[in-house]
Amino acid sequence: MGLIQIGRREKDGELDVITTTIEKAVNWARKGSLWPMTFGLACCAIEMIAAVSSRYDMDRFGAGVFRASPRQSDLMIVAGTVCRRMAPVIRKIYDQMPEPKYVIAMGSCATSGNIYDSYSVVQGVDRFVPVDIYVPGCPPTPEALFDGVLKLQERIMQKRVFVKQPEQVKKAVKA
Amino acid sequence: MHPLAERIQMEFPEGFAKATEWRGDLAVTVRREALHDVARFLHDDPAMDFDYIVHVSSVDWPDDDERFEVVWEFYSIRKRHRIRLKTRAPEADCVVDSLTDIWKGADFMEREVYDMMGIRFRNHPDLRRILMPDDYEEGYPLRKDFPLRGKGWRDTFEFLDETK
Repeated sequence: MGLIQIGRREKDGELDVITTTIEKAVNWARKGSLWPMTFGLACCAIEMIAAVSSRYDMDRFGAGVFRASPRQSDLMIVAGTVCRRMAPVIRKIYDQMPEPKYVIAMGSCATSGNIYDSYSVVQGVDRFVPVDIYVPGCPPTPEALFDGVLKLQERIMQKRVFVKQPEQVKKAVKA
Repeated sequence: MHPLAERIQMEFPEGFAKATEWRGDLAVTVRREALHDVARFLHDDPAMDFDYIVHVSSVDWPDDDERFEVVWEFYSIRKRHRIRLKTRAPEADCVVDSLTDIWKGADFMEREVYDMMGIRFRNHPDLRRILMPDDYEEGYPLRKDFPLRGKGWRDTFEFLDETK
């Protein structure tokens, strides 16, 4: 079954009935309004800015409303080299974001530390925050970032929103 | 020899160690004891007139007796000439005079040298680490005997420990 089914009215056969599941509707709303957190750590941020600007226009995918506060963001794009001294700050921002939240590691540095195998550079941001999508490149082009955002949207559509609580969890909550 | 170097040698026959010139860049090495006086002379003398401090850096020569070399670079905005001033310090006593009282701009750059190489600056107003955290305990990362990947700090995330 696709996202939505279009049906016809019984009395005159006009096309104006839509059927879907609440789960799909919620996921569709979530994937269509991925608000990213505004922060860049290095040169990857330049490509991220280019991706938002008019030529590429990331707003087409609903991910163009960059928020200046983690409390209003859904998506953290870690764009650039993560120094160890920056790590607690990034973790704090991540913790301040409301659920559901997603993380894209943009570029080789955020993914693995890239060539910076040194005393001060964290070897991948996934050492201290969970990462949903890794975008390769040094830096990735705006198209590559879009690919990451689209992959993330595919993942969001596969999420189960309404899950029945297992009996064990119910008991644990009561106790 | 470069006329500026000749002048320095004339003024400080004791403190002057050597002068080298390479592709138009003049570098003068002075003894550690004379450093502050030479710097004061470079700043105050009307023929020298080095009113701008470009950079402070340091070099580690692990095989030499006087292991550390501190390098200051000066420029004269009015006279449009530049000079590189070097001095050496041994590892056991790696202290050199701070030049912050002559060029205020030396403050942060000398702090960086202290942070990265562990060279102390006498009479510096606020000699703390500047790039690394204040509680960093692994040593001085730019020294040649410091391991490239550090000593484990980059892989320890104490803020993830929820028991604390």
